[in-house]
Amino acid sequence: MRHIISTIVENKPGVLAHIAGLFAGRGFNIDSLAVGETEDPARSRMTVVVRGDDSVLEQVRKQLGKIIDVIKVTDFSDVEFVERDLALVKVAVKPERRREIFELCEVFRGKVVDIGAKQITIEISGPEKKVEAFIELLKPYGIREVVRTGRIAIARGD
Amino acid sequence: MRERDGAHILMEVLKSEGVEVVFGIPGGVVLPILDAFYDPGMPRFLLTRHEQGAGHAADGYARATGKVGVCLATSGPGATNLVTALATANFDSIPIVAITGQVKTFLIGNDAFQEADITGITRPITKHSYLVKDVTKLGECLRAAFHIARTGRPGPVLVDIPADVASAKTDVEIPDSVDLPGYKPVIKGNRRQIKRAAEAINAAERPLLYVGGGVIISGASELLRQLAFKTHIPVTTTLMALGSFPEDHPLALKMLGMHGTAYANYAVQESDLLIAVGARFDDRITGDVKRFAPHAKVIHIDIDPSSISKNIRVDIPVVGDASDILEGLLELCEPREHEEWLAKIAAWKAKHPLAYKPDGLKPQYVIEQICEISQGKAVICTEVGQNQMWSAQWYTHRYPRHFISSGGLGTMGYGFPAAIGAQVGRPDALVVDIAGDGSIQMNIQELATAVYNKLPVKICILNNGHLGMVRQWQELFYKRRYSGSTLNGNPDFVRLAEAYGARGARITKAEDVRPALAKAFADPSVWVLDFVVEPEENVFPMVPAGEAIDRMIGGMA
Repeated sequence: MRHIISTIVENKPGVLAHIAGLFAGRGFNIDSLAVGETEDPARSRMTVVVRGDDSVLEQVRKQLGKIIDVIKVTDFSDVEFVERDLALVKVAVKPERRREIFELCEVFRGKVVDIGAKQITIEISGPEKKVEAFIELLKPYGIREVVRTGRIAIARGD
Repeated sequence: MRERDGAHILMEVLKSEGVEVVFGIPGGVVLPILDAFYDPGMPRFLLTRHEQGAGHAADGYARATGKVGVCLATSGPGATNLVTALATANFDSIPIVAITGQVKTFLIGNDAFQEADITGITRPITKHSYLVKDVTKLGECLRAAFHIARTGRPGPVLVDIPADVASAKTDVEIPDSVDLPGYKPVIKGNRRQIKRAAEAINAAERPLLYVGGGVIISGASELLRQLAFKTHIPVTTTLMALGSFPEDHPLALKMLGMHGTAYANYAVQESDLLIAVGARFDDRITGDVKRFAPHAKVIHIDIDPSSISKNIRVDIPVVGDASDILEGLLELCEPREHEEWLAKIAAWKAKHPLAYKPDGLKPQYVIEQICEISQGKAVICTEVGQNQMWSAQWYTHRYPRHFISSGGLGTMGYGFPAAIGAQVGRPDALVVDIAGDGSIQMNIQELATAVYNKLPVKICILNNGHLGMVRQWQELFYKRRYSGSTLNGNPDFVRLAEAYGARGARITKAEDVRPALAKAFADPSVWVLDFVVEPEENVFPMVPAGEAIDRMIGGMA
């Protein structure tokens, strides 16, 4: 099962290496990882998507908690949350078929961020399934490049 | 606050943390620090002959005294030579602060002479590490290092100090304490969990205390004793916990696991309640986890939440310090007799004692005599392998912090430098290193350290001409094909001892063992006793790796 683990860490050099090393050293697989500053610049949030059964996840959580620079560990399996993936997709498309892409973008609330003579680049964000469905629909046109961020997630507010 | 340099900030912190001695070896980038040691009133700098020796000495000092051990090495190779010592301490939860020199801050990452990314290299084998690039942060980081090393589940902390930080000046005050938002170890056990554990203990018919090194670290041996005596629950210990419970008491089952006693392993397999205290269900204890303690409910008391349910499913976890939790249990547990259960155990003890054939000069006999002549009061350090297992089995361990051995990592070459550290910490104690002829050669250069500093460690080599435990496995599982395990070309250990200025003796007959030990133990010199023992003696009983722990093989047991 996939879990989204969200950690608040000290914003210091070496912390990312420590966490990545912990996953590698203990044989945990990372599906995705996103890192960014929080509202407090002294702290960063790392959002890790990790696969494993409950006992593996329990170890992941506990081992993360043991790292001195990790301040808080939350497993979003236990709470209501909103998650987002962001992707930039470069598609080969002839000018006469651009309209089709625009229509798809409208339905998926994608955003065209660059248009070239032969290629068009779209920004799409949303839950993972939506992003994947969108990429799937673009495949027949010929995808040249996909760049995806790691998952980010936030607990729903009160 | 007056201005002083980084090296003197280090001295201030060492002094205020009560550090008496720092084991280490100097080098280019730590010269400012070594210079500060030269001032009057500074902690003692004890020069070893290899940084690994310094690291293990700090570790042995910590295990023998309960204080934080401190070691120092220069950048690059000095620092990487500490790696094995840090991994050893980390595995066995031993508080160490390791100070390493680093190249000047502007050279970091430039592949400068003697540069190594030591915080990167040691990250998985330390509890925490700091690379201090700013002298104004040095005091704070050092204070935090000591705090992290000694609290919670203790462990080694490395502080990497670039040369220019050691010589840079500041008037910043050193804080008395530190606040680490990500580090709040749980000390007090949850009262509801303690109550649940007590209820299970009160209801059990065949309970067993399975005790690990956490009890010694926590200083909970006396509480453990009181709980066992009140409830008449038998006690088996891991290698790390030897001495936490007196083995001459009828409730003691000695060590369990791969080379544990048959009766301890049988008791685990038949118990209906296993009370693990400061132990972590290591594979050398459990054998096949699926067939481990099949009838038992499990209570697991540990300060490290990540130890709980890692290897084995736990019914009642209690996270916290062993002393606090045992105190709670002592209050809530009712007096019991457990006559039937103890009678069953007594029958196993009578039927399956530890045993060996007393022909020739046997290593087990040597250890029994070490125990008798020292009246069981020696601080025993061991190397790793057969010497270690025989020391665990044949010495009657009665006092905490009197058995010092690399448990988790199993580091050959650990025992002698650790004995040096133990002797520094306990100058009046008889400190004995029980070694093999293989292990002793892994840090034998420290003979110079012991002799020069008048640290009268007694090295007892059980010399069987082999890497004995490897040879034993090859005999049992590889059709006696002794590949790479015969120690041809060993030196004459007696003459080697004498060359270093120590005293030496070779013992080849059983009747000479006692007089040789008595002489060496009464003498203020460093001694190397070379016991030429039966070359193919095995450690029994033995549970083959991955078997259930009641499927022991071998020997007379």
